[in-house]
Amino acid sequence: METRELLKWSAQVKLREKSKQEGRLEHGHRMCAGCGAPTVVKMVLMATEYPVVLSNATGCLEVSTCIQEFTAWKTPWIHTAFENAAATLAGVETMYRALLKKGKMPENVKFIAFGGDGGTYDIGLQSLSGAMERGHDMLYVCYDNGAYMNTGIQRSSATPLGADTTTSPAGSANPAGKLQQRKDLTRIMADHGIYAAQASPSHWLDLMNKVKKAHSIKGAKFLNIIAPCNRGWRTATDNSIELSRLAVETCYWPLYEIEDGKLKVTVTPEEKKPVDLFFKPQGRFKHLYSPENEGVLEKIQAQIDKTWERLLKESEGPC
Amino acid sequence: MKKWTELVPGAVVLEAGSSAKFKTGSWRTFRPEWLQENCIQCLMCWLYCPDMAVKVADGKMTGFDYDYCKGCGVCAKECPGKQGKKAIIMKPEGK
Repeated sequence: METRELLKWSAQVKLREKSKQEGRLEHGHRMCAGCGAPTVVKMVLMATEYPVVLSNATGCLEVSTCIQEFTAWKTPWIHTAFENAAATLAGVETMYRALLKKGKMPENVKFIAFGGDGGTYDIGLQSLSGAMERGHDMLYVCYDNGAYMNTGIQRSSATPLGADTTTSPAGSANPAGKLQQRKDLTRIMADHGIYAAQASPSHWLDLMNKVKKAHSIKGAKFLNIIAPCNRGWRTATDNSIELSRLAVETCYWPLYEIEDGKLKVTVTPEEKKPVDLFFKPQGRFKHLYSPENEGVLEKIQAQIDKTWERLLKESEGPC
Repeated sequence: MKKWTELVPGAVVLEAGSSAKFKTGSWRTFRPEWLQENCIQCLMCWLYCPDMAVKVADGKMTGFDYDYCKGCGVCAKECPGKQGKKAIIMKPEGK
């Protein structure tokens, strides 16, 4: 307990130092009140102690940070289409390497691409896979809110089983919401032989450490971060950090990293909570508590347990 | 803006972080209030604020920037406070 307190204290001192630095995302952006995505971006950029170049796939984050006449970014930032955030940045990084060789660029510039789950899991998957396979020196950050929230809450392949969205509605014909499992993208990216990790803004120290670690590795890196959306998840605006914490504590969103094919669980919850605690505050799972959906929650819980056990078994030693 | 000729040429934004000119404080229906006596200066409100609306000076929280605070209440929820007493509470706006 004492070391944990000490660790917390030293982290707090570092946070104090960070607060004296100028932020790279400015206020006045038009993300919804209580959105998880700006917090995620803020933390990623806070942990990046280098000059950065960013590219952004279409999504909430892109459109609401650059509404005509204004930009919330204080870094070089490229507005790309839905499918090519990774491809655009890969090109920029290649150009940078060429200019670096000629001595026309400063050293140690980092490249980060941001994309939502729609632009990452679905539409941008092929360009992302290509960039990761070619081994460009860049970090791709996916802020996963589990649906196409920007266009009005349509299902994506990151939407969890049982969630109610506008294109997987729970109703009389299909009382259970989305019928399919979500895609395990972190694993898919790790299978490219790169550094891949999962993080949550509630565990900010773990998140920042993963960003720092990613920057210390040369080559392609992928980070998948949960970013609660109170509109799409049908929950109160003050719930975003609490929900991301519950996602970790229920093992719905386990925190782990994969490096050189070796998996390590970075945060083990003190007590694994039932997934019910994560689902209950969210209106998108409301129908799962009605009598016609009996057994669905148990099925989801069993799947989460299975994945968590598999992770622990593969992990090199949880801490 | 009234005429199309007043549009920025090529939709280029020349100033970094110009969104600060757009104030989002009017979105708010609940207002965070800071009770300094319960504050332990952990900076969690500053860290978790999605709108960069918590003012800090020399590593310490000094209040809210009501020009930008959208009143989501994340700061009040995450505030650990002192001995169970919150340092941030949400109050309905306009009362």
